[in-house]
Amino acid sequence: MAELDTSGGGKHKGGKVRSKKASTRVDLTAMVDLAFLLITFFMLTTTLSKPKAMDLTMPDKDEKTKDQLPMAASRSMTLLLGANNKVEWFIGEPGKTQPTTEGYGKDGLRKTLIEKGKEIQQSTGKFMFVLIKPSDKSNYKNIVDTIDEMNITGVQSYAIVDILPAELELLKRDGNY
Amino acid sequence: MPRVKVQRKSTSIDMTAMCDVAFLLLTFFILTAKPRTEDPVPVDIPASTTVQPIPDDNMLMLTVGQGKVFFSVDGNDIRKTLLVQMGDKYGIKFTPQQQEKFAGLPIFGVPISKLGGFLDLDAEGRKAFQQEGIPHDTTDNNELSDWIREARRVDVSLHGLALRISIKGDNKEEYPTIKKLIGVLQKQKINKFALITTIKSDPKK
Repeated sequence: MAELDTSGGGKHKGGKVRSKKASTRVDLTAMVDLAFLLITFFMLTTTLSKPKAMDLTMPDKDEKTKDQLPMAASRSMTLLLGANNKVEWFIGEPGKTQPTTEGYGKDGLRKTLIEKGKEIQQSTGKFMFVLIKPSDKSNYKNIVDTIDEMNITGVQSYAIVDILPAELELLKRDGNY
Repeated sequence: MPRVKVQRKSTSIDMTAMCDVAFLLLTFFILTAKPRTEDPVPVDIPASTTVQPIPDDNMLMLTVGQGKVFFSVDGNDIRKTLLVQMGDKYGIKFTPQQQEKFAGLPIFGVPISKLGGFLDLDAEGRKAFQQEGIPHDTTDNNELSDWIREARRVDVSLHGLALRISIKGDNKEEYPTIKKLIGVLQKQKINKFALITTIKSDPKK
């Protein structure tokens, strides 16, 4: 180490008198203290978890697009986002099948999406198509949750579309509006 | 027989290495620190399992909270040019001082008619100012739509890049507000944008 012997002369062999050298060593303790204080400050002030961006593609609203294909009702699932964090879903056209009310999350929507996705895959041989229809009473969190479920369950195609009056009636009837 | 002398050791520890490490970390934290922009309204963003981080630059962010829309775009040069162009469009002259202030303004939400007065305030005054949000209704000519369109034009002319658009919304924000916002974007043929979320801790399948 770069420490110089400063224990004072006297034991030197030969008894030569040397000029006493001052130590070149600086006490770094205070400096380290300061540095760690600043580190703590910067660690606490920086945001550790950066917000994430969830990409969302909306269907083109342009009526002029010609390559619109009709969608088979048997493989389309409609999600109606209602009030009080409730979601109603049905497969096919509104009115023909009775909707089921469910909550968001692992045991509600996610289970249904996985089950129905498999069923549709088996019966038609094609992937399921999900239509997300938020009502005016649903909030932003509901929409983000729904899209997140799509990403988790690996639904290949989904779209956010406007809710139809007939579907609003369904929500109202079930007390979710 | 010579006596065995126990050598006395110095109790001081060498601090050099520790000091090096401490300053290395300090430098790292200083360089990665980004001043946090404070939202004018409290915005509690929803959680999702998305892991894609938001891009650092070339972003246009629309913050929605309490039914108000706030506008922020990255880049001082973009903001400055944007203000001049918006001023021309609405026939409002902004002084060079106001332009400088606007270039350093990370987020705002006032109608353009009140923007001049808002910019004349000092930092404290701006914080206390009740911002009413940028007017956005369903008509073709609303201010928010103009801000977005001009910002995209400015970005293309200055950097040759297409501006990325993202929406930062509050958990409790009702859907009609978001729908209106998406409507404004879709009118400009923006069908792809991003929603800002935080990371969910437990993405179990």
